[in-house]
Amino acid sequence: MASTLDESTVRHVASLARLEVSDDEVALYAKQMSKILHYVEQLNELDTSGVEPTAHPLPVTSVLRDDTVRESFEPDRALANAPQRKDSFFRVPKVLDQGSA
Amino acid sequence: MVALPETASDIADAVSSGRSTAERNVRRASDRIGAADETLKAFLSHDGDRALARAAAIDEAKRKGDAPGPLTGVPVAIKDNMCTTFGTTTAGSRILEPFRSEYDAHVVTRLENAGAIIVGKTNLDEFAMGSSTENSAFATTRNPWDTSRVPGGSSGGSAAAVAAGLVPAALGSDTGGSVRQPASFCGVVGLKPTYGRVSRYGLVAYGSSLDQIGPIATTVRDVALLLSVIAGHDERDSTSVDAPVPDYVAALDQSVAGVRIGVSEEYFGEGLDDEVSRSVRTAIEVLKDAGAEIVSIHLPHLKYAIACYYLIATAEASSNLARFDGVRYGFRADKPKDITDLYASSRGQAFGAEVKLRIMLGTFALSSGYYDAYYLKALAVRTLIKRDFEEAFSQVDVIASPVAPTTAFKFGDKSDDPLAMYLSDIYTISANLSGICAMSVPCGFDSNGLPIGLQLMGPPFGEERLLSVGHQYQRLTDHHTKRPPPLAENRGAP
Repeated sequence: MASTLDESTVRHVASLARLEVSDDEVALYAKQMSKILHYVEQLNELDTSGVEPTAHPLPVTSVLRDDTVRESFEPDRALANAPQRKDSFFRVPKVLDQGSA
Repeated sequence: MVALPETASDIADAVSSGRSTAERNVRRASDRIGAADETLKAFLSHDGDRALARAAAIDEAKRKGDAPGPLTGVPVAIKDNMCTTFGTTTAGSRILEPFRSEYDAHVVTRLENAGAIIVGKTNLDEFAMGSSTENSAFATTRNPWDTSRVPGGSSGGSAAAVAAGLVPAALGSDTGGSVRQPASFCGVVGLKPTYGRVSRYGLVAYGSSLDQIGPIATTVRDVALLLSVIAGHDERDSTSVDAPVPDYVAALDQSVAGVRIGVSEEYFGEGLDDEVSRSVRTAIEVLKDAGAEIVSIHLPHLKYAIACYYLIATAEASSNLARFDGVRYGFRADKPKDITDLYASSRGQAFGAEVKLRIMLGTFALSSGYYDAYYLKALAVRTLIKRDFEEAFSQVDVIASPVAPTTAFKFGDKSDDPLAMYLSDIYTISANLSGICAMSVPCGFDSNGLPIGLQLMGPPFGEERLLSVGHQYQRLTDHHTKRPPPLAENRGAP
């Protein structure tokens, strides 16, 4: 485990998480994350070889409902909170450089 | 005029039997919110007109002879991370400031069908991430016992609203202690039900394998009454368990004689305030004197719970909060350069500091090269913690401990140091990791007059026994009957 995070790693993680962060935030998060990661490394005191991971407190299985047609949101309701819409679509900036649509 | 009753159970009885009306009780709640909430700031939104209209409809239905529900006429508050088709649902975040839900959370439907009136939505740490409610983007909720101190968190608004008598009962959500710790800091009862007991449909997700909605009230009886209403299967949450819902109120009268109560010295170690320790040990003596058998137990992996939790909860949060992207709902930043910039700038501008920190921690723990060492390691340790509790509950019926290492702390004491804040969850977090049920019950006051909480924990779906022990404790003690001083006389007043 790497207990100290440098600023370039913090910038990489922020980019993976799609978070715009300022230089000040990068410096702050490098310090805070390093301290927290140092704390969590106490887990290495435990030998967990052969221990099954627990992702969930209950023995859950996928639950499927009956495959029947049901009412669902009308487009207007699904789009009611959209910051920008056009007709029945969420509107976003152009994704591809060349207009392929 | 005869004074109106103060507990949810008594209000429901009085309205059902015609001695009182929903309208009178809702009007009183609105008056109290109006008088106190400018100082307390327990509520993020409060719609008195809607509440009064609902109350009038309930009174009218009763006059026509409709059978009253178990919460008829009871004003309740809910944490603002539960979706309502009325008002806003902000989760305490700028990114959801404009959000109006198109559907009601399961618990909202259940409360309203039972005759309760939702009078407002309470403040919280942004996305329920925090232990003091200081991480709310909108307001600073004050502790009614001392307004210079935090109410705890993340359900600080719900706990403060109940403690100050603005409403008799409220709902919170508990991912690592967010119902129990504020209940303890505010001197009220708070229950985290067994994982799967209550549907999470319509709860804004933080850590999906840990989150559970739970009631807050001044008495265990009221908490049992609310749990009976909100518990049960809901096909819209596939993790809600399809098991019968017992009558939790009827179960309260079980005696504590012969109940085996486990006490683990791991809960009384370094960092625990002396006054909290004494008060909790005295509470255990009260139960012993009432006939409970005190059994010494050992939970060897408890000290790893915080480390384990802050990897798992942040990993789940980083995934859950990916949906806030500025596209479908919520805040969108101005003038994005391209679609990636739209995501990053909307999220960067509208998430608060703690939320960004947790998303980054979780993203790191799940990222290539670190997944096995951090995330998978934490899941294995979670197994060890869960086994500790399985072993303990093969010997005892209930475990007793403190809720938090200290009483309510002052604003700013821990807000610059995330790790110090995380450590205040040390006794509550393991219940979420293992999925068991756990409750905070008032058990005394420190020398500053601040409430102390006793934590009682039970095995999965052991709520009946858990609630009965809490109720019997309240029959033998009067800590829960003490109310905070009037705000004008508050020691935290400027």
